Amino acid sequence: MARIIVVTSGKGGVGKTTTSASISTGLAKHGQKTVVIDFDVGLRNLDLIMNCERRVVYDFVNVIQGEATLNQALIKDKRVDGLYILPASQTREKEALTKEGVEKVINELSETFDYIVCDSPAGIEHGALMALYHADEAIVVTNPEVSSVRDSDRILGILQSKSKRAENGLEPAKEHLLLTRYNPERVDKGEMLSVQDVEEILAIPLLGVIPESQVVLNASNQGLPVILEEDSDAGQAYEDAVARLLGEEREHRFLTAQRKGFFSRMFKGA
Amino acid sequence: MSDTATTGVSQSFQLKSASVSLTALELYYFDDTEFEANLREKISQAPGFFKDIPLVISLDKYEGPDRELDFFKIIGTCRRYNIHVIGVRAATDDQRRLARSAELPVLPGGSLREAKSEAPAQQPEAAPEPSPTLAQPAPAKVITQPVRSGQQITAPEGDLVILAPVQAGAEVLAAGDIHIYGPLRGRALAGIHGTEGARIFCQSLEAELVSIAGHYKISEDLQDNGWKSAVHIQLKDDLLVVKPLEKA
Repeated sequence: MARIIVVTSGKGGVGKTTTSASISTGLAKHGQKTVVIDFDVGLRNLDLIMNCERRVVYDFVNVIQGEATLNQALIKDKRVDGLYILPASQTREKEALTKEGVEKVINELSETFDYIVCDSPAGIEHGALMALYHADEAIVVTNPEVSSVRDSDRILGILQSKSKRAENGLEPAKEHLLLTRYNPERVDKGEMLSVQDVEEILAIPLLGVIPESQVVLNASNQGLPVILEEDSDAGQAYEDAVARLLGEEREHRFLTAQRKGFFSRMFKGA
Repeated sequence: MSDTATTGVSQSFQLKSASVSLTALELYYFDDTEFEANLREKISQAPGFFKDIPLVISLDKYEGPDRELDFFKIIGTCRRYNIHVIGVRAATDDQRRLARSAELPVLPGGSLREAKSEAPAQQPEAAPEPSPTLAQPAPAKVITQPVRSGQQITAPEGDLVILAPVQAGAEVLAAGDIHIYGPLRGRALAGIHGTEGARIFCQSLEAELVSIAGHYKISEDLQDNGWKSAVHIQLKDDLLVVKPLEKA
């Protein structure tokens, strides 16, 4: 039985797809057979970030509607072993994701994979509900600003009331907070909420803090999950988050502003 | 033998006395455009609160001439904002006539001006109410999970106890008291059936709205007193009073 993880947020543009790409890549790197599903039907992005957009033949909706088999639609990642992508359809609407159809696909994937990562669309409508319905765990991606925190709170409430686990009265999905676009310098200036602020408001355990970084944008544009940029702070922060997801204890990094001291300025680049 | 057996007719209903808590609009004077502007402003402060509420027009404090009272316009304006005028508490005979011609029921209890002179003659209030039969109090509803934005928790009979935060955008309601062992960031409405003795307790007051038996205060009016600290809120002389929760 696979562990089903939804990457969700409520708000758009906070880094769900970037996170889905990196978390799934990281899990596969740790030897877990992983599939990442793009639930954002109509606005597919995941295949761009995973750099497989030119290999899409069939998609999630084709499989749901019986026009293709799962094996035909799954795209094998070229860089990491044991990683597969199930792309979204660009020409359909989210209503094409029927509850029964999604369930069938998830059940079938569940037999062969260790992890199923569901990349949720923004909002709290049908597509987002379908993405979180089967989740065993939820990674709630949040930016350190008030509206993002509010939307994350909303989606946590929906997770508690509308997921399959909630409907069947099972133990609720395990919730993780992933804070992205974190800029400690702006936190010090009071322009951003701090990690402690967000943790206090949302009251769920912290999975990781991804620092704001140019590397993230560059990697996205090149079709590279940022976790593969192993020298970058954002890449390492994602690697830490994956390790924590797998049960390892790691200290949180990149939480404080780098003080540019006299020596580091003197020997810059040395 | 029950009544039905003797009469041979089964009872399709029963008449009971009921007391319902309503919002009353105390009209000082009536001007169509001003009325609508004032109403719009009030609603914008708490849109959810006013949606589809029943409203009683109270004329106790009405100072304008009765001929300016246009109940048809009042009803029409209110309906445009999804507020339903269900009756009038009139003070004078003319007002009662006007209300009846607009097919609005005239509710008792609004004849303060005329009643004043009669008041001393009335029975002193001391007449003790017959002690009600000992009913089991409704058990408190206890919530251990955070109440998140968009969620609504109601305790329709008793108290509500929440051992977690009530988040911004969430709403908690109870017939009795509300206890929140955590910050109150959303809305809390106690005494929803009109219990004026109901109270709200919270460890940090950061609320969007608090209400007891229909008397409410919005965030803006709560900032100066006890904001972000442990408080209890109660109703005194129709006013919500916020007091710090001090350790005994």
